[in-house]
Amino acid sequence: MPKRTDIKRVLVIGSGPIVIGQACEFDYSGTQACKALRAEGLTVILVNSNPATIMTDPELADRTYVEPLTPEVLEKIIAIEKPDAILPTVGGQTALNLAVQLDELGILKKYHVALIGASIPAIKVAEDRLLFRDAMTEIGIAVPASGVAKTLEEALVLVEQTGFPSIIRPSFTMGGVGGGIAYNLEEFKEIAGRGLHLSPVHEVLIEESVIGWKEFELEVMRDAADNFVVICSIENIDPMGVHTGDSITVAPALTLTDKEYQRMRDAGRRIIRRVGVETGGSNIQFAINPDDGRMVAIEMNPRVSRSSALASKATGFPIAKIAAKLALGYHLDEIPNDITRVTPASFEPTIDYVVVKFPRWNFEKFPQADRTLTTQMKSVGEAMAIGRTFKEAFLKGVRSLELGKEGLLFRRPQMDVNEEDAGSSEDEDTELRRQLVIPSDRRMWAVFRALDKGWDIEKLHELTNMDPWFLQQFKELVELRKTAEMIGLRDMSYDLMRTLKRAGFGDGELADILGVNEKAVREKRHELKLRTSFKRIDTCAAEFESFTPYMYSTFETECEADPTDHKKVIILGSGPNRIGQGIEFDYCCCHAVFGFKKEGFETVMVNCNPETVSTDYDTADRLYFEPLTFEDVMAVVEREREGNVDVSCVVQFGGQTPLKLALGLQEAGVTILGTSPDSIDLAEDRQRFNELLWDLGIPQPASGTATSKAEARDVAAKVRFPVVVRPSYVLGGRNMAIVYDVATLDRYMSTAVDVSHDRPILVDRFLEHAKEVDVDCVADESGAVVIGGIMEHIEEAGIHSGDSSCVVPPPGLGERHLTTIRDYTRRIAKALKVVGLMNTQYAIKDDMVYVLEVNPRASRTVPYLSKANGVPLAQVAARVMAGKSLAELGIIDDMAPVGVFVKSPVFPFVRFPGVDTILGPEMKSTGEVMGGADSFGMAFVKAMLGAGQRLPESGSVCISVNNEDKGEVLPIAKGFAELGFQIIGTRGTAAYLRANGVDCSVVFKVNEGRPSLADEIVNRKISLVVNTPHGRESFFDDKAVRRAAMMASVPCITTITGAAAALEAIRALKTEGLEVRALQDYYAAVDGS
Amino acid sequence: MNAILALENGTWFQGVSAGAAGETTGEVVFNTSMTGYQEILTDPSYAGQIVTMTAPQIGNYGVAGADTESDQPQVAGFVMRDASPVSSNWRATGTLRDYLVRHHIVAISDVDTRALTRALRSSGVMRGIIATGSVDPAVLVERARRVPQMEGSDLVKDVTTKEAYDFETALADAVTDASFGLPPLRRAKRALKVAAYDFGIKTNILRRLAAHGCQVRVFPASTPASEVMAWQPDGIFLSNGPGDPAAVTYAIDNIKKLAEGTTPMFGICLGHQLMGLALGAKTYKLKFGHRGGNHPVKQLDTGAIEITSQNHGFAVAPDSLPATTRVTHLNLYDGTIEGLRHINKPIFSVQYHPEASPGPHDADYLFQEFLDEMEKN
Repeated sequence: MPKRTDIKRVLVIGSGPIVIGQACEFDYSGTQACKALRAEGLTVILVNSNPATIMTDPELADRTYVEPLTPEVLEKIIAIEKPDAILPTVGGQTALNLAVQLDELGILKKYHVALIGASIPAIKVAEDRLLFRDAMTEIGIAVPASGVAKTLEEALVLVEQTGFPSIIRPSFTMGGVGGGIAYNLEEFKEIAGRGLHLSPVHEVLIEESVIGWKEFELEVMRDAADNFVVICSIENIDPMGVHTGDSITVAPALTLTDKEYQRMRDAGRRIIRRVGVETGGSNIQFAINPDDGRMVAIEMNPRVSRSSALASKATGFPIAKIAAKLALGYHLDEIPNDITRVTPASFEPTIDYVVVKFPRWNFEKFPQADRTLTTQMKSVGEAMAIGRTFKEAFLKGVRSLELGKEGLLFRRPQMDVNEEDAGSSEDEDTELRRQLVIPSDRRMWAVFRALDKGWDIEKLHELTNMDPWFLQQFKELVELRKTAEMIGLRDMSYDLMRTLKRAGFGDGELADILGVNEKAVREKRHELKLRTSFKRIDTCAAEFESFTPYMYSTFETECEADPTDHKKVIILGSGPNRIGQGIEFDYCCCHAVFGFKKEGFETVMVNCNPETVSTDYDTADRLYFEPLTFEDVMAVVEREREGNVDVSCVVQFGGQTPLKLALGLQEAGVTILGTSPDSIDLAEDRQRFNELLWDLGIPQPASGTATSKAEARDVAAKVRFPVVVRPSYVLGGRNMAIVYDVATLDRYMSTAVDVSHDRPILVDRFLEHAKEVDVDCVADESGAVVIGGIMEHIEEAGIHSGDSSCVVPPPGLGERHLTTIRDYTRRIAKALKVVGLMNTQYAIKDDMVYVLEVNPRASRTVPYLSKANGVPLAQVAARVMAGKSLAELGIIDDMAPVGVFVKSPVFPFVRFPGVDTILGPEMKSTGEVMGGADSFGMAFVKAMLGAGQRLPESGSVCISVNNEDKGEVLPIAKGFAELGFQIIGTRGTAAYLRANGVDCSVVFKVNEGRPSLADEIVNRKISLVVNTPHGRESFFDDKAVRRAAMMASVPCITTITGAAAALEAIRALKTEGLEVRALQDYYAAVDGS
Repeated sequence: MNAILALENGTWFQGVSAGAAGETTGEVVFNTSMTGYQEILTDPSYAGQIVTMTAPQIGNYGVAGADTESDQPQVAGFVMRDASPVSSNWRATGTLRDYLVRHHIVAISDVDTRALTRALRSSGVMRGIIATGSVDPAVLVERARRVPQMEGSDLVKDVTTKEAYDFETALADAVTDASFGLPPLRRAKRALKVAAYDFGIKTNILRRLAAHGCQVRVFPASTPASEVMAWQPDGIFLSNGPGDPAAVTYAIDNIKKLAEGTTPMFGICLGHQLMGLALGAKTYKLKFGHRGGNHPVKQLDTGAIEITSQNHGFAVAPDSLPATTRVTHLNLYDGTIEGLRHINKPIFSVQYHPEASPGPHDADYLFQEFLDEMEKN
């Protein structure tokens, strides 16, 4: 079939900000789709509120809208762009839900827009739990017994039939938000109530529990001619009961007989047909009872998903790209397989390796959060590892997580004794049993501890329900560990070392097991002549030749790396997403690839995050899917050197992960391009850095370093409280805190100090109520420095820059301060001999500019600035690192944004009941959005809207601020009153406002009486909350208010500057009205002027 | 215990013994299926072959009675990357290793199977040998070079049934009961008698025929056409099997005679090649064959794509086709002929395995087409 000729313009909907359950995988799929559609000559219109995506690069679509993902905004875009069709299947649940809303609002009909990839009825059957259940019953596919409830009463009736434990699944939510497992009636009421609230259609499915059953997924595709293929099967090592995003998974499925697998495949085919996905990819989940083989279908996603990104990376079959082509009417057999070139896409990939995906959680950021894993996803990222065997892939997966000591599965017994206070072994067993029964992020470590203690597989299976085959593999690893420990490094034979390496043991792990350092293991390995080899991922298990150098390491006889003799550069990626190191860094790595390609380099990518664009085999010239450890990176370097050329590495773009490797690589003789590792170290080494700034005459807050309580107290006494404390070499403000007194400081030093014990804790004076500013610049070898942007934070200093909204151009900075900031930035960049990017954070207090921090590397704000300026900063930096001067690239003047752009963060609090939503120096946001306009107010409106906060145009504003803030909140309250808002205050605030002429009613604080402020929020009597923290004693009160506001989606602003911004935004909303504009138009306007 | 796999080209692979101790020789081939090792082991078409699984983890789910395609393993030897010491499945009756030992199948694991596969892909299938214990690779290479070539070998005579027998339908039901049996698209409207030539028939073909309502009598490969016709079958089935089709001259002769009549005839794999030869076409040996469960095959009449189960080293040569036959199915990987049909007789065949086992069930409709032809007749 030729492609559809009725479609010329396609609107692709992205997935918006990174949140738990929707991460980079949709940038990967969206980017692939955009490329595929444009390759077919179509005009692509893209909308996504997330600026930190490759898909929103202006080159990737014809028209790029970085605008909030709401039906109103989409209607405006549709009205302007008049697309023939919308592709809603590459933007996750967000895009699918928007498509349904557009249909329900009649917008699709009004503008004659077709949906391609999935039809509304198909989306509904797949997403509506009841319709899905009925459809399955109709085609004779078993599903767990279930019923749908619209109210809590209905839910209670249903649970009587389905029994406990009970699975609660809200309809139309993503990543299982609001769902859960209830073991008793009380829990049931709580979870069902929450689920009903969080479901956009206020509907939950109450389902029979199949907890403990084996869990599988099929990634399937279908074309318009009803051809059907399974791209990949995935087996969850954590059985049913843990969200697949939180499960350790393996591809292909390893414990299914052919009979069982083919039965599942047949079911998959019938399901995709019945649901009615005419073209594209779908993900179908199944559960199998391990005792009798009974199979039930759990759910189906009629779109590309996190699992399909994983499947694409695991097999080399680009699902999103093919899905986009199928949506245009191509048939599978008309599309070639990129990797083999000679065979068509109408086949089923077969793989001759094992892939393990490990989720990455960030519970340490949310100490109050419940770490139990349930049907609601809690992980923030994932690492994928590839090995020739399960064991090898599994251990590579564990080390890809970068968990440090925490990540070591094999801890020497003596360490355990030291750490776990000498409780009786009975208590210990009870605790271990609990950790095995109740799934948490640490369960796998408990499994290994149990095996180490000699617990047998049968018992472990009983406790965890993990398939005995996996447990056997783990047991073999534990046995190998014991053998290695017994023999020791000195006496280790070639055979044993080979067995250990083939089982996936990293040099670092072995060092820990053997009680030696990693270098000793490495040397021994070299002495035994045991070298890493690389195999290719080719979709066909070597049946055909592959033309795509997509590789993984293993220890085998034959190496297929086949390095070239081209001028080459290795770009180190950023590993699994975590809070503080997310998609922004992958964006930068991709641009580094683009930049080096332009400079004639062969680009080699090393990364282990399956969600990303950087791990698309189409991005870099060569891709190594590998953990980012010294050992794994050096193995790549050594193989690439066989091309008889110098191999250099780039560590600046992937966040802290590659930076940590920089010194080691340099010591091993690897050239590091760009800013030297020594300069990087200088910026991180507080003492050296202080000296540098002192020499430059640039002020910074008084500071010192401490390795003990006593030292910390001394420093604090010298610099005076409040102080900011944090470990060196961290990203995302990990373990960063603002400390007001000695007792808290002592506590911090005793609990947090082990985060990086070989590096001191930094103690800085905290500048209260200061204005914070971020600056990104790029510098070249000649010492030229061009500033990419000066970003003014909307929240004041003290809130992590990643959690703060910011704006360019800075509206609240005087020319004098701007000049100072530019001058400081230039001088620091020159002093550090920066070649590439540098991020600097400043605070302005009492009319004085202080340097807070300098990071000579790509920062989180680089993609946002790139979009705001229309210049890809990271790409410029890469070209500069390749030897070009800024002048040669035509970049001479400091850059300026093409409009007013606000960046706002997005938080995962909704998934962590009980966690306070207050912001501080430790970063908690998972993603960001950008809003652009001509005025700050409107840009802020859009950013808030993009982040899911609809600012009200009328209603009541409740103000509850601490004493210090009362003076500053007064004009804001007056402003809201002028805009026609009713003002409500808690007692103290209301008294103050009234005394100053603001008409204001009073509401109880939470612990004062009822109805309280929280009640009024729930009752939707309040449309905006301004609540600054009242200090420790009333802490609980504030927290309850903030949480109530979050759950009711009422904007809750916790800083005065934020409130002022919101006021300005609402004023803009009431006067200007919301308009949309494509990035290309912003850029054209500037070019034209 | 150590083991070595040596090839006729002089290369050899060190590994560990994963089955019976001893020595075995055969043609080394690779199979890219990710599931179904037990079905592969017991498929008589693998007689004389040392089968390498490209999927690295083999034996995980053990072995089970219902997953066999004949009474016992048929491969000459078995090569794996990583063999599971345990079995984990509710139906498992034992481990793969015990099964291989019990049936005296020499096997090797811990081999770089990908390197081996790449070698077979680039130079074509090779003769090889697996030997366990302390053995000299150079000696083994010499022995590998003395293994008879597959071309010209009639291996059918070694695997076919000695006497005719009726397939017990209950056996088909047993599998259906385990809820694995694919429900047939339809059952025969009347009791249809199918005479199946056993060139090394897979049990699942019999199960599928029975599931469709056929009463099947299995005949030895050399049974004269007249004897088969004396049973008055509604249809004749030509089974899969090992070796070079051109060497099975007695079967070709019988098929020629049967094709002169009007009884519907359906062939699979070797049966397809023999039918091609009987109708006047020629066969040739593929470089490294088709063995796996993922080959796309296009039905030329409808354009539909089937994902197929494949196991063959020979194929019907396209330029040798007589005017009386047409190609119905093509392999989209390499354009080889996957299906043939007589232009005016109810005679058709496919190169691949519609009975699957292992592999996808996409082509099960062919059994119904056979029913259609028999009922029309």
